[in-house]
Amino acid sequence: MSQKTPDATLPFLSRRRILQGIGAAAFAGGVAMPAIVRAQADTIVFGHLTPLTGFLGPLGAYAQMGVQLAVDEINAGGGINGRKVTLIMEDSVNPATASSKAERYIERDKAAVLIGEISSASCLAISQVAARNKIMFVNTGGNSDALRGKDCNRYMFHVEGANTQYVKAVGAAMLRDGLIKGKKLFFLTADYAFGHDLSRVAKRYIEANGGQVVADELVPTDATDFSAYMLKIRQTRPDVVISNLAGNQITNFIKQYSEFGLQFPYGGFGFDTAVAWGAGKGAFGGVWPCIWHHDVAAPASQAFVAAFTKKFGKPPENQAWGDYVAAKAVARAMTETKGTDTAKLIGFFEQEPKLDILKGRQGYFRAFDHQLIQEMYTISAKPVAQVKDQWDLMVLGPAVPAANDALDVIAPTPAENPCSFPV
Amino acid sequence: MPLEVVFLLEQLLNGLLVGVGYLLIALGLSLIFSLGGIVNLAHGGFYAIGAYAAVAVGNRFGFPAAFIVSPVLVALIGVAVERLLFSRFYRADPILSLLLTFGLAMVIEQALRMAFGATPIPFAIPDFLRGQVFVGDFIYSRYRLAILVVAMVAVFGLWLLLQRTAFGRVVRAGVQNPDMVGALGISLSPYLAAVAALGIGLAGLAGVMLAPITGVHPAMGSEILTASFVVVVIGGLGSFWGVVAAGLLVGVVRGMTVYFVPAAAEASMYLLMLMVLLARPRGLFGERIVRFE
Repeated sequence: MSQKTPDATLPFLSRRRILQGIGAAAFAGGVAMPAIVRAQADTIVFGHLTPLTGFLGPLGAYAQMGVQLAVDEINAGGGINGRKVTLIMEDSVNPATASSKAERYIERDKAAVLIGEISSASCLAISQVAARNKIMFVNTGGNSDALRGKDCNRYMFHVEGANTQYVKAVGAAMLRDGLIKGKKLFFLTADYAFGHDLSRVAKRYIEANGGQVVADELVPTDATDFSAYMLKIRQTRPDVVISNLAGNQITNFIKQYSEFGLQFPYGGFGFDTAVAWGAGKGAFGGVWPCIWHHDVAAPASQAFVAAFTKKFGKPPENQAWGDYVAAKAVARAMTETKGTDTAKLIGFFEQEPKLDILKGRQGYFRAFDHQLIQEMYTISAKPVAQVKDQWDLMVLGPAVPAANDALDVIAPTPAENPCSFPV
Repeated sequence: MPLEVVFLLEQLLNGLLVGVGYLLIALGLSLIFSLGGIVNLAHGGFYAIGAYAAVAVGNRFGFPAAFIVSPVLVALIGVAVERLLFSRFYRADPILSLLLTFGLAMVIEQALRMAFGATPIPFAIPDFLRGQVFVGDFIYSRYRLAILVVAMVAVFGLWLLLQRTAFGRVVRAGVQNPDMVGALGISLSPYLAAVAALGIGLAGLAGVMLAPITGVHPAMGSEILTASFVVVVIGGLGSFWGVVAAGLLVGVVRGMTVYFVPAAAEASMYLLMLMVLLARPRGLFGERIVRFE
């Protein structure tokens, strides 16, 4: 949508759209404390949503820092074709609130693009608003394969890796270490859209590689005490324990696993560096997948780490990477298409241009499902004696896939996760 | 013993350990409500302050220092809040104090977020309490046994204070009939402040003890508040042992649910509350408090 003054656009809006907008604004305004930022005619509005409260809240804080840094850099560099970017950010809270806030961003604030989110359930809600209003949404934190498959749509792009990418990245390391073939695995799974999807994808991978899932325990997202699960693990005597948990759950799982002194090798198929920082020195262990880490050696990556640390006084978490990269990719698309027309932006990405994503190899959005095809990494615990400071708990493994393999070998195949965009 | 029974027994005992965690918070909540009629929705916030204070003190002076300083500090904050805020609402419409404490809870959570950041802060179990205790085939985390001891001391101490001292007699009389206490020439005001200090200090103590297990983050207060309320409601208002029994019961029921239907673990306590309320609308051992009827 091109930028027009509100008066000029009014006659083209249907009565229903106006009513929707008023309803959404009234509802969202009632439940939140919105930062009222009015779009100016000559700026481009990026609408950012991410959970700031609840079990994903800690990650959301990093998401906001990442996108803020990106927008600051874009504006410091002269903006997009001379137009400055206005960033509006709010707590997405839950799928229903995320949906009404996305609606308000588009209707009232005239957002040119939506960026953010971490919860797969809220991603789905925002993507539906985006599709209805024909505005692009770049998902920076929702992992579930279904968002790229069954629920995929033309207006949604995914900087965040799909569950399959995480599973195949760390799965290769687990296979190498003999943790899958012929082994009995015990799953703990976050009881919401993301966890269910991850458990399904992980089970498929493990069974295809000769392992057996002997238990899959659903853990409510608000659970903080894992002692009963620890006892159950001990009683089951599996060969390997796998976390399909999310956010704070992983921190508590790791801490309490160490508290109960369980000796079964463990790891997980979903991970964010903040959860290891939360667990702290001595408690963190296991093998985990990772989409990005502040030790990734690429020069652009280290420049980002330096700028981020200077601005916020601590190194970036991988969620900050996601929202930073997303904002930069959108800015580039707008610069190259000389505007904010959604169809042109989508067309630009669908030609699969190489994008600098602060990793060893460049990435690209795959045209058929809009997934960012990229390197992934594995993470394991650094021996306590070598830990320098509170951020330095992890050893970063080599990039997956290996340098001479194609980047998309870890991505879900069209057969595994078919996507056809609704017309 | 068949293995299944051992497993069940193990979960049962673990449930009791989990239950004492709820207890410390629920007892304070119940105490403040019984005497002043204030439903303290900010109680979880004080629990969180206790945990953050423990991190601040513990990282510099060690866990034992945090264990002493943090609950005292939180109790002092409790007195200030009682004098400045609660005291204005004892005679007012309960909806006003509900709004006040609801707002206070949000202010505390956001203040912690602004001061310490949104990300969880690591706080480890102190070295001397690390490790496990094995009894036959049973396993216990040594730290959780320490929590059990601390909680038991706190519960019995509180009980003795309420049952065996002059202070306790006034408080108990104040719960039943504040006007009569006034007529006898005793001002309840200092007692209300002391009860707030006790109740809120207990929340601070729970914050110190549970921080190494559940992590320190701004929303930790709202996480535990709901469960504690459920415990108070199940136990019955005004009943000391009712709250104790309910805390343990909720822990056990939760442990059993994890064993049989893990996905329903967090829902189990609400179901329990529903069933208890259907059978006994005043809760397990709830007393009839005339002014709340």
